[in-house]
Amino acid sequence: MISRILALMGTEIRVLLRNRWVATSIVLMTAFSLLLASSGSAPMGSTRIDLLTVTASSLTTLAVYLIPLIALLMSYDSIAGESDRGTLPLLFTYPVARHEILFGKFAAQLVVLFVATVIGFGAAALAIWFTAGVTGAGLVHFGRLIATSVLLGGVFLGIGNLISACCKQAGTAAALVVTVWILAVVMLDVALLSALVADDGGVFTKTIFPWLLVASPTDAFRLYNITAIEAGFPAGGLTSAVQTLALPGLLPLISLFLWPVIVLAAAGAALRRIQP
Amino acid sequence: MSKPAIEIRALCKQFGALTALDSVDLSIAPGERIALLGHNGAGKTTLIKAILGLLKSTSGHISVLGGLPGSMAVRRQCAFLPENLAFHKSLTGREQLKLFCRLKGAGTGAVPALLDRVGLLEAQGRRIVTYSKGMRQRLGLAQLLIGSPKVVILDEPTSGLDPVSRDSFYEITSELAEQGAAILLSSHVLTELEARTDRIVILRNGSVVADGRLSHLRADAGLPIRVHVEARPGQGDMLAARFGGTRINGHTVKILVPPEEKVARLGEITGLANAIADIDLLPPSLEDLYRYYSDPRTGQNENSQ
Repeated sequence: MISRILALMGTEIRVLLRNRWVATSIVLMTAFSLLLASSGSAPMGSTRIDLLTVTASSLTTLAVYLIPLIALLMSYDSIAGESDRGTLPLLFTYPVARHEILFGKFAAQLVVLFVATVIGFGAAALAIWFTAGVTGAGLVHFGRLIATSVLLGGVFLGIGNLISACCKQAGTAAALVVTVWILAVVMLDVALLSALVADDGGVFTKTIFPWLLVASPTDAFRLYNITAIEAGFPAGGLTSAVQTLALPGLLPLISLFLWPVIVLAAAGAALRRIQP
Repeated sequence: MSKPAIEIRALCKQFGALTALDSVDLSIAPGERIALLGHNGAGKTTLIKAILGLLKSTSGHISVLGGLPGSMAVRRQCAFLPENLAFHKSLTGREQLKLFCRLKGAGTGAVPALLDRVGLLEAQGRRIVTYSKGMRQRLGLAQLLIGSPKVVILDEPTSGLDPVSRDSFYEITSELAEQGAAILLSSHVLTELEARTDRIVILRNGSVVADGRLSHLRADAGLPIRVHVEARPGQGDMLAARFGGTRINGHTVKILVPPEEKVARLGEITGLANAIADIDLLPPSLEDLYRYYSDPRTGQNENSQ
């Protein structure tokens, strides 16, 4: 079983290398991280606040948008593409279980995303190290950021594979993942924020809203990281609103661990249902 | 007779109101080469997918190598070449074949030999995107050979292949049959099957309408032999009138002769040697047979073994 998953993983990594997804994701992550690191140093260069911590906070906001996007674009083709090429029925007649196919592809995509995150965020950390120096606390924030970024990536890789397993054609899957990104990453925040404003501190704000934040993987990610950094920087609408709410600190992390498991199980079920 | 490699009894498959397979019975022995014929929509691909365990049948029974279709133990001994196979274009032929070897639990040591067998050794390091359709089909053929399969199923394997590739294709499937594999291939290209298959199965609207050796099917159909008689100048009309044939051009007459009258009629024709320049005998072709059995007006539901 392990050897078959490794064989599928190796092939998927090779494909991601050849179709430039490895390069694209590394370049995107590194470019945006360095940009944020340098802009963070400009206005606060002389303040007492640790620059690495400031940057970890702004990279959290970057990761919320960029990592789901990269993850979805990297994974939408994984099953639907095989279906397009006519290799899916062939693969299904090989002595390999369908969940092994899914795991192999997912693991390869996760490795690529992990490497891109380490290189991108690592480049930002190194740049700050050489220009402003680092603190232990700043490094902890960075480590946490990278680890939870991989979890967030896992969520959206799982969603991408789920969509891919539900679509017969890669083109349909591509359109769907973009829609999911706009809805789950961009529109959800806007909707929550407007609900918050409309409610004006009422029942919704106190009871339902915190749970919605925990349930949304991007908000759980932001909540966990920003709460942990705890410095109270102006981190933007939702997070500043949520800092006034008392929520068990581990809940967002549990949410981030549960999401990949749930979407991968759903993707596995979708894959089993396929009659090629 | 040895135990059948594939045994199908009363197999039915419904897609909603559509009956794709209607009580199909079929048995294939180890080492036997079967051609599966039928129009588009006759149920060939559905039957193939049911045998491979890719589709659940509505009712009936399939056993492959004594096991359930699609079970891991059976899959290890089956090989399949789907229709319109395209592979991943950014992999090389060697990488693609190595993956298939690993998935089948076979070592990758045989990869160069397999590629050599299908004539792709030189192209093994090139990406599949640069391959011609024939080369991709040969790569598909190479993956069939991994780990000495006992059941080999090919869906329209030779469509779009040049005659030379087709020949090597049949050569390789025949080799697999000699090693004891049961071969089932579906095809539209009828002429090439004559010498290369042991038995022919014709599907029509999901039912088996013919199953037997080519010679048996010929005898059962009783199709007339076509005799083309080339007349000497001025004798065409006389010949046409005498044998009830039709003129197909200025000097050739086509005569249809039922198989049981063949010898007698030929005797009569050659008795008129003075009026005849040449004779051509055209036995019913596979196309004729196929048309006969797949036409609902003439084909009967009979199995001639």
